Amino acid sequence: MMKQFSYRHTKEAELIENMEEAELFTFGGYNEAETEKTGFSNYSYWNSTLHAFFKNRIAFALLVLLMLLLAFTFIQPYLPGQYDPNLIINDTSGMQFRNIPPGKQFILGTNSIGQDLWARIWSGTRTSLFIGLSVALAEAVIGITVGVIWGYVRKADFILTEIYNIIDNIPNTIILILISYILKPSVKTLIFAMCLTGWIQMARFIRNQILIIRDRDYNVASRCLGTPTVRIIVKNLLPYLVSVIMLRMALTIPAAIGNEVFITYIGLGLPVNIPSLGNLINEGRALITSPALRYQLVYPTIILSFVTISFYIIGNAFSDAADPKNHL
Amino acid sequence: MLLYLSKRIARSFLTLIIILTVVFCLLRLVPIEGYFQNFDKMTPQQIEVGLKEMGLSDSLPLQIVHFFQKLLHGNLGTSRIYRSNVPVSDILADKVPVSIKLGIWSMVVSLLVGLPMGAFMARYQYRWFDKIGTFFIVCIQAVPAAVYFLYIQLYGTQLFHVGLLFQIDDPNYWILPVISMSLGNIAFYGMWLRRYMIDESNKDYVRLAKAKGLSEGNVMFKHIFRNAFVPLAQYIPTAFLNTVIGSIYIESLYSIPGMGGLLVTVIKKHDNAMVQGIVLLYACVGVLGLLLGDLMMVMLDPRISLGKKAGDR
Repeated sequence: MMKQFSYRHTKEAELIENMEEAELFTFGGYNEAETEKTGFSNYSYWNSTLHAFFKNRIAFALLVLLMLLLAFTFIQPYLPGQYDPNLIINDTSGMQFRNIPPGKQFILGTNSIGQDLWARIWSGTRTSLFIGLSVALAEAVIGITVGVIWGYVRKADFILTEIYNIIDNIPNTIILILISYILKPSVKTLIFAMCLTGWIQMARFIRNQILIIRDRDYNVASRCLGTPTVRIIVKNLLPYLVSVIMLRMALTIPAAIGNEVFITYIGLGLPVNIPSLGNLINEGRALITSPALRYQLVYPTIILSFVTISFYIIGNAFSDAADPKNHL
Repeated sequence: MLLYLSKRIARSFLTLIIILTVVFCLLRLVPIEGYFQNFDKMTPQQIEVGLKEMGLSDSLPLQIVHFFQKLLHGNLGTSRIYRSNVPVSDILADKVPVSIKLGIWSMVVSLLVGLPMGAFMARYQYRWFDKIGTFFIVCIQAVPAAVYFLYIQLYGTQLFHVGLLFQIDDPNYWILPVISMSLGNIAFYGMWLRRYMIDESNKDYVRLAKAKGLSEGNVMFKHIFRNAFVPLAQYIPTAFLNTVIGSIYIESLYSIPGMGGLLVTVIKKHDNAMVQGIVLLYACVGVLGLLLGDLMMVMLDPRISLGKKAGDR
């Protein structure tokens, strides 16, 4: 404080010293254009967010790797020399290639009925990522819509709160198990079952935030000026929530992938002809007792852990970056 | 206090009834194969007679009424496939104590490890203990439980020289399941306690305490910890639900003869009556857990005013 003060003092003194005597005693004049000038900043929310995000080297590296991985799951079937993930491969004498360890012919070996593990892992990653992304997207869309209505429309509050109280009382996993048990296992069923419980948490979160900021001065002012409600919601309220929405979406993806593994384990998951990381881990788990075959468990779990940890870290980094308080 | 208590309990009870009804209705949608032991060999007439016997051909509202009447007498239905013609409640009576024991142990372990971990992480913020702890929390939260449970079993059984088959009387066999089940909650308590303690330590009363010359440890545990623990109590019900869910996977993985393992078994065998019984029981556990968590928070913090709670959620 002291330092600043003295600095300003000397600066001022310097300025005065450098002025001509005559200049010191003339009027400054009145410039109309000068008075109208206001502070200008080239601040842009998304630019700053991206800038802040790229500063986090680890998260950025993970994002690049994850993108490459995602691209590779789509490219892989078109590369030369790939096997079909469901093809049972026989050798020349008609015997199946069972449990071949990783090597030249099969990059990651084969499983117990002679299918190529490499092809199955990439196909499975694609399925699991698809499930995760769909669940996250559906949850965000439903959750935000309901959450906005819940927070903004006073009449809806009571009913939605009661519904929330009921759903919140049952462990999510039980609902997941119940729906999967009733419906036939398929990718759609799994996505449906996972969305059924997830959206309400998102909606409640949005609702609480909207209740907090709905009646802040800038919103009241906006309303007085006759801004339509939709515009207030889209322009005033939702941008405020970008960071938390992104965080929740990013965390939903690993959770959905994990749930898929769990549901497959208890026997309600996808059929084996749709490879998924859950299916692969479950197949690998069956061989847990023989150490030589553990590669069939290890490789799928490595991919799974990489994907989930990446999403977790990227989500956290992005939500930090999306918070305007962290922008310089 | 009493008014609040009775209101809260009545509310939970009402919720429970709604949940039971909804779950019951949903379970009417299951394929009927799950009600008979040898469905493939039965004629349509036999099936019809069988359904009538079980009261499944009645109209839905009537079935619901019958279901609640039976429930009041403690009758959860009869298992058909898992164990033929044994009441579900009899089967569960053997299993529930094991699950409760496992649940309590894991709650104790996670509180005993998670709370000190969070507290020390806050105390030594940004030092190596905090960094290791954060790394641990990120790993536990990001990697699906279904995966690290497998690895704990894989390497843990070698470490403790225990077999894959569970033996209920040998305490060595309890170590791994309890550890696996606690890990998630340890990370949970650790993360939130650290957060709340750091938030709390920037407040004025802490500065005053330090200015008075109290020792760092004294301020940490007598001032900060006690205040930071109150919002944490709010998370105990969630942690409790985590335990319940973990138990399904872990009991089945270690073949512990508990409720969760049983659920997985009967799902694989498609025994509808058993699935219904266990799912309903889990729903009750969920409701009860949240109720207890709410009551606990009210008791822990005298500042939370009773009865007004619904106002500012």
